Amino acid sequence: MNETTSTRFSIKAAGFLLILPLVLFLLAVFFVPLAGMLRLAVEDTDLSSVMPLTVEAIERWDGTGLPAPAVYDAVAVDLIAAKETRTAGVAARRLNYDTPSLRSVITATVRRLPKTTSTGTDWATELPAIDPAWGKPEIWQAIARARGPWSDFYLLSAFDLRRDPGGSIRAARDDGGLYVDVLIRTFIIAFTVTVICIVLALPAAFLLISTGSGVSSLLMIVLLLPLWTSVLVRSAAWMVILQKNGLINTLLINIGLIGQPLELIYNRTGVLIALTHILLPYAVLPILGAMRNVPRNQTLAANSLGAGPLRTFFSVYLPQILPGISAGGLLVFILSLGYYITPLLLGGAGDQLLPYYIAFNTTQTVNWGLAAALGSVLLAATFLLYAAYIRVVGVQRIGLG
Amino acid sequence: MTDSTYWWKLAGKAFGVGVLLFLIAPIIAIIPLSFNTSSILTYPLEGFSLKWYAKFFADPRWWTAIKNSLIVGVATVGIATPLGTLAALGLSMTGFRGKSFIIAGFMSPMVVPTVITAVGIYFLFSRLGLANSLSGLVLAHTALAAPFVVITVSASLSQLDRVLLRASASLGAGGLTTFWRVTMPLIMPGIVSGAIFAFTTSFDEVVVAILLTGPEQRTLPRELLSGTRENLDPTVMAVATLLITLSVILLLVFTALQQRSSRLVDKDQ
Repeated sequence: MNETTSTRFSIKAAGFLLILPLVLFLLAVFFVPLAGMLRLAVEDTDLSSVMPLTVEAIERWDGTGLPAPAVYDAVAVDLIAAKETRTAGVAARRLNYDTPSLRSVITATVRRLPKTTSTGTDWATELPAIDPAWGKPEIWQAIARARGPWSDFYLLSAFDLRRDPGGSIRAARDDGGLYVDVLIRTFIIAFTVTVICIVLALPAAFLLISTGSGVSSLLMIVLLLPLWTSVLVRSAAWMVILQKNGLINTLLINIGLIGQPLELIYNRTGVLIALTHILLPYAVLPILGAMRNVPRNQTLAANSLGAGPLRTFFSVYLPQILPGISAGGLLVFILSLGYYITPLLLGGAGDQLLPYYIAFNTTQTVNWGLAAALGSVLLAATFLLYAAYIRVVGVQRIGLG
Repeated sequence: MTDSTYWWKLAGKAFGVGVLLFLIAPIIAIIPLSFNTSSILTYPLEGFSLKWYAKFFADPRWWTAIKNSLIVGVATVGIATPLGTLAALGLSMTGFRGKSFIIAGFMSPMVVPTVITAVGIYFLFSRLGLANSLSGLVLAHTALAAPFVVITVSASLSQLDRVLLRASASLGAGGLTTFWRVTMPLIMPGIVSGAIFAFTTSFDEVVVAILLTGPEQRTLPRELLSGTRENLDPTVMAVATLLITLSVILLLVFTALQQRSSRLVDKDQ
C-alpha cells in the first residue's frame, strides 16, 4: 500500500519534471513577452523618463489655469538636461501623440534654451517668451495627462478614444474612426472567410469520405499539401494567378469571355481568395472527422422512411456533423484574425487587417505603446475565441481533431 | 437509394472535386513558370529553360538566406524536439489538477497570431540585445514549433499499448530500460514527425523573421518576401518550386511515418 503510494508519487513527480523544461521555456520566450506587451500597452514612461522633475512638479497642479512657477523651473531644468543628452525627441514625440503641434513646441523650446541652467531666471515669463504655447493651459494639461507611469492613453487610442481635459472619454478624432474601422474590417473579413471555408469544406469532406481508401489517401495528400506549403509561397502563387496580366486574366481574355482584365488583386477579392485557400484545410479536417463518426445506416434509414435528400441532410446528417463544423469554423475564424503577409501581398490599402497595423506601429512609426495596445486587443479576442474553441473540441483534442 | 439522392450526392462530389482543385491548382500552376524562357509570368509557355534556377544558384544572397534558414531550422528542431517529447511523456504519465490548463498553454503559440508573438518577442529581445541575431530567431521559432512536437508525440503515446510496458517491467527491466528499449522505438515515428513539423514551422516562418533579423541574418522566407514584393520574376517562382518540392517530400515522409506508426500498433495488438 505504502509502496504503491510512493511509486505513484514518484511517477507524478517524474511527470512534472518532464513537463517542466517546456513550461519554463514557453514562459520565458512566449508568455513573458506577451505579458511584456500587455504591460507596454498601459505603461506610459516616455515623458517621465525625459522630464522627471516636471512630471513630479505637475502633480501639485490642480489642472486649472497655469501651474506654479516651480513647474516652469522644472521644465527648464529637464529640457536643458535633455538638450545635453539629446533625448528631448522622446518627450516631444509622446506629447505629440496627445496633441499634434506639441512636438514643434518642445523642439523649438529646446533649441532656444541655454546650454546650462543659471539661477535667477524667471522661467514663468521666459518660457512663454520662447514659445507662447507655454503661456496657455493646453500644453500643461497634455503634460499632466502624459505624466504616467500608467495610463489608458494607448488602449483608448486603439479604440479611437481619448480623455478630454476634464478626464472624461470622448472620440479622439472628428473625421470618424481609424482603428475601430480596422477592427471591424478584420472581423468582417475573418467572418466572410469562415463562411466561405465552411461552404467549401462540406463537399470536400464529403468527397473524401465517400471515395475508396486508395483514391481517398491520394485526395488526402491533395488536401494536406497546401497546409505543408509555406503561406508565403501560396500568397506569391495567388499574386501570379490573379494579377492584371496573370493566369486568370490571360485565360479569360484568350477565350474571349472578357475584354478588359478583371481587378482581382490589391483589393478585397484577392485577400478573400488567398485567405480562403490558406485556411480551407483547417475547416475540412474537423468536418471530415465529424463525418467519419456518422453511422451510415442513419441516412439510409431516413431515406427509407421517406425523407428526401435535402430533408435527410438537414435533419439527420447536419446535426451530427455540427460539432465538426463549429470546431472548423472557430479555428478558421481565430486563425484568419492573425494574417499579416497575405493581405500585405494581395490586398489594397483598405484591406489590411489589425496585424498589419501592429507591425506598422512597431517598425514604421515606432509607437510601441499603440502597437502593444492594438496587440492586446487582438490577443484578448484570440484568447476569448480560443476558450470557446477548447469548450467545443475539448482540450485533449486540440490540434488532433 | 432514390434517384434524387443519387444526383444530390453526385453533385456534392463534383463540387468537392472542384474544391480540391482550387486547393491544389494554384500550387501546381506556378511550377512550369519557373522553367519558362520568358520572364513574363503567364501561359502559354515560350520554351523550356533552367536559366532562372541558374540565376538563383548563382546569387550569393540566396545562398546566405538558405544557410541562415538551415541553421535556424536545424537548431529549432534540436531544441523543440527534446522539449516537446519530454513534455508529451510527462503529460502522458500523470493526471493532475490544472493539466488541461497546461495543455491549453502548450498549444497557445499555435493559436496566438504570429505577429503578436513576434512583436512581444521583439520588444523583449531588443532590450536584451537579442534582436538581429540568429539565436533570438531560434528561440522564437522553438516556441512556435514545440506545440507540434507535443501533439505528434502525444498522439504516438496515446496509441502505445501499456501492456507492453508492464510486460517489460515483469521481465525485470527497470523504468529507464523499458523507456529506451520499448517506449522510444514505438513512439519514434511520432518524434520524427514532430521534428519534421518543427523544421517546416521554422523554415517557412517569415513574420518573426521580419522583426528579428537584420540584413545579416536574412532567412529564405525573408528573402522570398522581398523578391515577391520588389521583383516578382521567374527566379521567385524557382524558389517557390524548390520549396514546394521540399514540402511534398516532407509530407510524404510524414505520411509514411503515420502509416508505419499505425502498423506498429496493429502488429502489437
